[in-house]
Amino acid sequence: MKRRDFLKVAGATSLAGCATTSAPSKARVVVIGGGFGGATAAKYIRLWDASIDVVLIERDAQFVSCPISNLVLGGYTGMQDISRDYSGLARHGVQVVRDEAVAIDAAKKSVRLASGGAIAYERLIVSPGIDFTFGDVQGYEAAMQSGRVLHAWKAGPQTVALRRQLEAMPDGGVYILSVPLAPYRCPPGPYERASMIAAYFKQAKPKSKVLVLDANPDVTSKAGLFKRAWSDLYPGILEYRGNARAVGVDEKTMSVKLEVEDVKGDVLNVVPPHRAGDIAQKAGLITSNNRWCDVDWRTMESKAVKGVHVLGDATLSAPAMPKSGSMANNHAKIAAAAIVDLLNGREPAPLQIINTCYSFVSEKEAIRVSSVHRWDAGKGTLLAAPGGGVSAARSESEGNYAWNWARTIWADSLA
Amino acid sequence: MLRIALAALACIALQAYAQDRPRQLASACGICHGTDGRGDGKVLPPLAGMPRDQIASQMRAFRDGQRPATVMHQIAKGYTDEQIDALAAFFAAQKR
Repeated sequence: MKRRDFLKVAGATSLAGCATTSAPSKARVVVIGGGFGGATAAKYIRLWDASIDVVLIERDAQFVSCPISNLVLGGYTGMQDISRDYSGLARHGVQVVRDEAVAIDAAKKSVRLASGGAIAYERLIVSPGIDFTFGDVQGYEAAMQSGRVLHAWKAGPQTVALRRQLEAMPDGGVYILSVPLAPYRCPPGPYERASMIAAYFKQAKPKSKVLVLDANPDVTSKAGLFKRAWSDLYPGILEYRGNARAVGVDEKTMSVKLEVEDVKGDVLNVVPPHRAGDIAQKAGLITSNNRWCDVDWRTMESKAVKGVHVLGDATLSAPAMPKSGSMANNHAKIAAAAIVDLLNGREPAPLQIINTCYSFVSEKEAIRVSSVHRWDAGKGTLLAAPGGGVSAARSESEGNYAWNWARTIWADSLA
Repeated sequence: MLRIALAALACIALQAYAQDRPRQLASACGICHGTDGRGDGKVLPPLAGMPRDQIASQMRAFRDGQRPATVMHQIAKGYTDEQIDALAAFFAAQKR
């Protein structure tokens, strides 16, 4: 009931401008999506200017982290360890509304909600993550509906379901992971997942196999480090095939259809190609390839719709920039800085940001890739600054840093 | 009248702007070191409240290859002397 009351107030406010019922505020920023991008933006706007009202619209009760979720698949951590609630944002004065944004009216500066209300904004942040283009893989929707084929590329119920399938698979079975063409969410993610499941098989069902069918010609991230780990740790268990794009899937024969052959497996984990999340498509924010949203990297403002800032995996990535949690968190800081500047009558200035992505290759050992991204006025985008690189070798020390990164970024984004 | 008020506001805003930049630059470090350098301290020493000279000299040592590291030798190369000094001053001024 409280939420409905709030929305009524918000609806009334949309006609009146930026006045609110309580203390006078500078303006209202609405954030759609409570992932790494949206949550961080909501928190940092409040941190940097507490006179701005921030409303976060999120459909789920909890944040569930994609990073570290591959360890759940390996059996090395649990769902509760990768989940956080939104109470930390409320402590920063963010109004968290559990609802779904179904439409954006950029002319009226208003967001319509699934529950029927509407909410007005001065600036809108859309951090919708990804959705899948299921039609690219023939038979996918039927296969998914049967419950036998999963993507588990959004952490949550599918993560739990995939772990159950792996546990139920008899020893000697084949787990197939189908990887879509880049760009996709989390470039090293598939290879970490293959490693985690190979580690589980090695321990619990050593006659089983992990078969990676990659649409890309080769491992797209940290290739040398992953391949070294696979040949050292999982010989005879993990097999990798490049240029193996899934064009179809059949849950009745339990096979993945490649361009030239069908491959049978016992657990089919097919990750379809992605595009920006549905609300970005509905709002006309997609500018590139029918998939991604181009932005001004000084402000994260959409190049298609004024007053709307797009963050995270949904963006048309700048050169050498991965779709990662670290990047979404940093996109949010660019947007927060720019929006605070704009609402205070200042010209936004570019912000230098950092990416760091850890991947586990065994229960305790991890590898890493890092880069610094700096505004280039000549090229009009963010470019990789000097430096950056990958781990010298896989190590438990990197594993400790990986867990530090996870705990810290969850707190930096949500607490 | 309104114009004078706006001009005054712009003046205050410009000062705030100059002060805000190091905090915004430092926010990128938050993914591993915590918001405003206040991480949980379990794996990495908190940057918040660390002496300014120590932060600046270590960043330069990472950057110039004098201090070995798993990651900071790569990240520090992306920062200028001016940026390193701004970050050091900002983190040193934060309460733990």
